[in-house]
Amino acid sequence: MLNDILKILEHDAQTTPRQIAEMTGMSQAEVSKLIKQALKDRTILKYKAIVNWDQVEDEHVWALIEVKLTPQKDVGFDSVAERIYRFPQTRTVYLVSGTYDLFVLVVGKSNHEIADFVSQKLSHIEGVNETVTQFVLKRYKEDGEIVEGHEEVKRQPVIL
Amino acid sequence: MVSKSKPGVYSKKYHISKRTNQLSPSGIRKFFDLLASIEGVISLGVGEPDYATPWHIVESAIESLEKGQTMYTSNLGMPELRQELARYLHHHYDLQYDPNTELLITVGVSEAMDLAMRAILDPGEEVIMPDPHYVAYDACVILAGGKAVTVPTYEEDGFELSAADVEARITDKTRAIFIGYPANPTGAVMSREKMGEIAEVAKHYGLLVVSDEIYAKLVYGVEHTCVAALPDMREHTILFGGFSKAYAMTGWRIGYAAAPKEIIAAMTKIHQYTMMCASTMAQVAAIEALRSGEESAAEMVEDYGRRRLVMVKGLCDIGLSCFEPKGAFYAFPSIKKTGMTSEEFAEALLKEEKVAVVPGSAFGDCGEGYVRCCYATSMADIEEALARMKRFVSKHQRS
Repeated sequence: MLNDILKILEHDAQTTPRQIAEMTGMSQAEVSKLIKQALKDRTILKYKAIVNWDQVEDEHVWALIEVKLTPQKDVGFDSVAERIYRFPQTRTVYLVSGTYDLFVLVVGKSNHEIADFVSQKLSHIEGVNETVTQFVLKRYKEDGEIVEGHEEVKRQPVIL
Repeated sequence: MVSKSKPGVYSKKYHISKRTNQLSPSGIRKFFDLLASIEGVISLGVGEPDYATPWHIVESAIESLEKGQTMYTSNLGMPELRQELARYLHHHYDLQYDPNTELLITVGVSEAMDLAMRAILDPGEEVIMPDPHYVAYDACVILAGGKAVTVPTYEEDGFELSAADVEARITDKTRAIFIGYPANPTGAVMSREKMGEIAEVAKHYGLLVVSDEIYAKLVYGVEHTCVAALPDMREHTILFGGFSKAYAMTGWRIGYAAAPKEIIAAMTKIHQYTMMCASTMAQVAAIEALRSGEESAAEMVEDYGRRRLVMVKGLCDIGLSCFEPKGAFYAFPSIKKTGMTSEEFAEALLKEEKVAVVPGSAFGDCGEGYVRCCYATSMADIEEALARMKRFVSKHQRS
């Protein structure tokens, strides 16, 4: 039941409890209760819009940073990761398998700002061995949504 | 649908065959011409998914084109596709069909229906079918020189076909019973028990059941009963299936027929002269759909299921009583309380509120008093359409 609600909201966070109730056959009160609980226990982290900043005059620079770490005694990578993800500039932080350890997505107002973040903040954190910064040149798809050139499927007015 | 107007009214200048003139140019066609001329219409009229074909299926076809797979295939269809299909039918229904002799890949179920009717009917022979039914069923029978005999079905019975009513219409000219469940336009699903009764009648009288199961995967909370999988029915069934509805592949035009080898051989004879083979790239896409399309199909069905509940509840709230459709993606509400005919209702709704629905009368006499609303459209459009219909109905309600 909760999974149904989550799937619907993940697809469109603006779906109202009344609509979800109709879509699932649950009562509206039940849906509201489950959503409230999910927000409380952080099953739903937040409702946000996916913005295409290229449409408006607002400089946003994105960078993917690969970070190599030295694991810390007892806490592994978690404490270093926390020191990184606490910075509001970091948008996404994942521990990953492969040639580096942390995948960090950073958003800033300019290349300069990101460069400062990497050189003055990130690389000074204890446990951070090496960083590779890759600036994003173009966003094609964001969180499942095609950014540009998205076309609605057009149906022809045909019979049956 | 068969025209009730006089034959020969369409053209004086050129001779058009009597058989063709027997077919109606369809009231629906007129309707859609009107639709095309109005801006801002929300259409609940088109019977196709609003999804584009899942990308992995599209990609497989593109790759095949890049590799130069652009030639004819075997008349029966690509061997790999027939093998996948045989596996699919075995896996889902425990049916055994020989991919070399008992499966034919066609240009949609539409072609398969036409082939089957031409293969089994002699002039004047009869095919029994439910009313209402999909518009092509009787047309195929007539084009094959046969006669369509309809059996009324009713909302009170969930539009299920009664075996006794079928039996009452059997004559020495009856060759087949033509059914399509889950049903277009009603969304009705036949229970296993009721389907079993039809099967018994078919076996008892030595008739074929011609079963259009294009909507087989689109059922909600019930199981689809494949006629061919009922005891001893494989030898009495021509089974049609396709990829259009479940995998959102309507424009690819790809489907199949499964039947005993004598029937497939006869159908193939016609197919090889009139069609050669189904489109090669569509066959490649169909292989991919069968191999890895289950998940995408299931996701779409889940989504249709949600829209179904919204549509049915919305119609009932408006005051258009609507039996609960358990399959396909159609709701079939009664509009009798408005005092209008189906066609009047559909036309006025389109002109006044810019919502397109299909008059039930297009599907047979028993469809009169109903309209078909397809809910394979976005939730936002469904809600807006319902709001407009509500306004329309309260305006036209007979006090």
